[in-house]
Amino acid sequence: MTSTPTTAGDPSGPGATGAPDPADPAGSGRAWRVARYVAGRLTTAAVSLGAVVVAGFFLFRILPGDPVRAMTEGREVTAEQREELRRQFGLDEPLWQQFLDYAAGLLRLDLGTSFQYREPVAELILDRLGSTVLLAGTGTVVAALLGLFLGARAGWRPGGRGDRVNTAVALFFWSVPTFWLGLLLIVFLASGRGFVPGLFPTGGMVDPGTDGVLETALNTAWHMVLPVITMVAVIYAQYLMIMRSSLMDEKGADYLTTARAKGLRDTLVRRRHAVPNALLPTVTLVFLNLGQIVSGVILVETVFSWPGLGQLFYSGLRVPDLGLVQGLFVVFAASVILMNLLADMVYPLLDPRVRP
Amino acid sequence: MSAPAGTPGTPEAGGTDRAGEADGATAPASPGALARRRRREALRRFAREYARNRAGLFGLAALLAIGALALTAPLLVDQADLTITGAPGTAYQPPSAEYPLGTDNFGRSVLDLVVWGSRVSLTVGFLATAVSVLLGTLVGMTAGHFGASGGTAGRIVSSALMRVTDWFLVLPTLVLAVALAAVLPRGTGTIIIAIGLTVWPATARLVRAQTLAVEARPYVERARALGGGHAHVMAWHVLPNVMPVVLAQTTLLVATSIIAESTLAFLGVGDPTTVSWGGVLEAARNAGAISSGIWWYMVPPGLAIALVALSFTLCGRALESVINPRLREQR
Amino acid sequence: MTSLLDVRDLNVTYRTGGGDVPAVRGVDLALDPGDTLGLAGESGSGKSTVALALLRLLPGTAGVTGEVLLEGENVLDMRWGRLRAVRWAGASIVFQGAMHSLNPVRRVGDQIAEPMAVHGTVPAGEAPARVTALLEQVGLPHSRSRDYPHQLSGGQRQRVMIAMALACEPRLVIADEATTALDVMIQAQILALLRRLVAEHGIGMLMISHDLSVLSSTCDRVAIMYAGRIVEQGPAPEVVHEPAHPYASALSAAFPRIGDPASRLAPRGLPGDPPDPADPSPGCVFRPRCAVAEAVCAAVDPPLWPVDPDTEGASTRQAACVHVGPARPLGAAGSGGVHAAPTANPTEEKRP
Repeated sequence: MTSTPTTAGDPSGPGATGAPDPADPAGSGRAWRVARYVAGRLTTAAVSLGAVVVAGFFLFRILPGDPVRAMTEGREVTAEQREELRRQFGLDEPLWQQFLDYAAGLLRLDLGTSFQYREPVAELILDRLGSTVLLAGTGTVVAALLGLFLGARAGWRPGGRGDRVNTAVALFFWSVPTFWLGLLLIVFLASGRGFVPGLFPTGGMVDPGTDGVLETALNTAWHMVLPVITMVAVIYAQYLMIMRSSLMDEKGADYLTTARAKGLRDTLVRRRHAVPNALLPTVTLVFLNLGQIVSGVILVETVFSWPGLGQLFYSGLRVPDLGLVQGLFVVFAASVILMNLLADMVYPLLDPRVRP
Repeated sequence: MSAPAGTPGTPEAGGTDRAGEADGATAPASPGALARRRRREALRRFAREYARNRAGLFGLAALLAIGALALTAPLLVDQADLTITGAPGTAYQPPSAEYPLGTDNFGRSVLDLVVWGSRVSLTVGFLATAVSVLLGTLVGMTAGHFGASGGTAGRIVSSALMRVTDWFLVLPTLVLAVALAAVLPRGTGTIIIAIGLTVWPATARLVRAQTLAVEARPYVERARALGGGHAHVMAWHVLPNVMPVVLAQTTLLVATSIIAESTLAFLGVGDPTTVSWGGVLEAARNAGAISSGIWWYMVPPGLAIALVALSFTLCGRALESVINPRLREQR
Repeated sequence: MTSLLDVRDLNVTYRTGGGDVPAVRGVDLALDPGDTLGLAGESGSGKSTVALALLRLLPGTAGVTGEVLLEGENVLDMRWGRLRAVRWAGASIVFQGAMHSLNPVRRVGDQIAEPMAVHGTVPAGEAPARVTALLEQVGLPHSRSRDYPHQLSGGQRQRVMIAMALACEPRLVIADEATTALDVMIQAQILALLRRLVAEHGIGMLMISHDLSVLSSTCDRVAIMYAGRIVEQGPAPEVVHEPAHPYASALSAAFPRIGDPASRLAPRGLPGDPPDPADPSPGCVFRPRCAVAEAVCAAVDPPLWPVDPDTEGASTRQAACVHVGPARPLGAAGSGGVHAAPTANPTEEKRP
């Protein structure tokens, strides 16, 4: 796929060593290569994280000109209050000093203070991290399974009926704004005012007064139905399209003819040979698009009042509480970078050709 | 992909490179006339191929209709009806003959709002796309060109540009756009910049890949050997060949930008003084239309966004499949 | 005695947007157990299509007619279940370009063992031992079974392909350009390996190559294809060294022979391009490129005909040319015919 087979000069007799792999696969050379690979990826991630830190500072301290004015937009504030805010956020100090304070704070996991909640941003985030991970994780897993499954079917017979229906549905959901789909679900399935009674709650995570582990779990699951449907509907389409085109690229591959010649059933040819190869580019793209899951979860939480980071972000925007928004910006960006780092570590397990 | 390579009966798919292949040059016409005729023929072939894609035709027709609606909106809608004080009806009237899509919480016609909203949504969609395509093409071509033929310094510039691109590509687009829109002064210009500055990386990657492919062609090598400078090679050889890919990408990006605009408006960082589809949805939510089940306030603006985004997507995919015959065969 | 493989009037036509394109036209082949048959021709002549058609591996756009009798059973009208059972267990294929014919993300040992599991020829517990034995047969250490294809050299990959082809002990092995991507030294090793395996196991082998010298050193009989038809077939030494059909002689001349300075100093190519398979013009398809074409060649499309009807063993050697058939114009044997101007490539390339 990536490398052309170069055969000239390769010894091929018994015991001869193959091209890239020396005879000793467990030797110290391999450990060294693995270490170098990991170190390289860690460096890249660290540089990216550094860039996020700088971007956070630039976006929220320099770009607005006067952060205090941006923070207090639309409110009556006296000059003394402004000065007080300025001192409180250290804005009276020189820029470089501000940056150093901010960066040092980040190292101590101090993301600043929320203007609106009068609490450390890090604590606010920690409180809500779990519910966001629950929602985003469930949504992503369901969307990935559904998208990859349908994409593999559609891409195996491109142009067929199943493909046309699947692609059309996916494109429609892809074109629909996430938040609107969520609003529609609330109007029609939860508000109780439409054509059907309110089957699901309009928002929140757990009804107040619910106790007991099992009851809480069930109640949470009930609250999760509509948010997860919304997330999945919008996200699965891209997985489907990526998997579909990736499988279509593999369809003409020679090793599939080999598999057919071996007497494998069509479904086995697809599952055992085509899909594992088509998964490789898919996984890369899925991780590259993780940012869209963050976007999705912000909107879904906003629409469904899900008490997570997305809703926190929205509340910070409404005030506006730039300290909170800044902290969340850094956390969102950093989490995507860390997930990509994880992908870099996992990818070689899937593709033997890129194993260090 | 219908048969393994080397199988008879499948002459290699030649003629995909419509850029620089002279075919015989039989007519004794002047070079200019020849070039014009060839361009006309290419255009006609392009139109014919596009017309074969039914979904693409549907998208194109829908876009033309919506575009006409947006342009003629001042004739169809009385702007005074869109102000809160000049609202013609009473609040929350369900759809009727007078108000085909009902009224909002101030008594404004939802149909009027949706028709008028198309202007802002389309404008922002197009301008934000223009910003991001310009930026993406510039970055992608520079990275591709100097990566291919710029020596050591060029390769450093190229890989630095791609690092930046990858960084932007990985970052959560919405978070960045919202942050930009939140810290800059409110207004349509801010929205355009916020979207334009965040969705360009995909274009840059695509353009870079295409640039590298073009630079590997023999006639570019020839142009360089004849003393063509960087600007000459990029403007005369790379750009014309990158344009088709950019065109398809642009069409797809407009869909993304329109959705992004509505999302920003919905999150409350849009321009509060204009009527846009996302803004209408935000107003609907703030007015409590969701929990009271006022569906006619909610459904039309969202459907309009979905229809426009879907149309642009269908057009973009049709263009893509015309430009890239390999995709066409598989579809 | 039934032949191992008996192909009768095989026709393959690709249905494309621009009409039907015949790729194989009326091919007859026969192969007995323990024999090796070579199939030669330039790229696009239809030889790989024949190979894939034997196990019905062609894409859905290909229409196949005729009969492919594998040990008396027609492959072309088998049910799917029977066909799957025949694939690999009855006849296996060593594909060209083993880099792409092996799945890049699965260990080669698993890929060799896969057909055994599919066909149930070897109990699951014994599969690893059998893989080891197969690898040893093709001269690879058993440790290689844990490798991925990209970790092997081209020759090693081709050996893996051969081991895989032998996994279910098929009666027929089809080697489709099995040595083409290899350099000369490795090529010689692989050919020797194939010869040894044919002799040891008594399997029949259909060997497909564009390289006549490869076939002449390996095969008992050789058939030469041009534009989807067999234009000459017979015992390998005769066809290679004394070709009767003008195309066969051109093909033979294209490979310089060791010890023949004349051929080395004057390697003859062939003017023009292979014909467009979609072009339905009558007459001999080789005519536009033929140095000895005559007026009659534009009208007659000659069938295969015994080359020396008077001598013994006449039925074994056939060619499709007016110069050898009954349509032979008087006094036009051999060279000296009217030279038809080699017309340019009949039609421009068409996209499939």
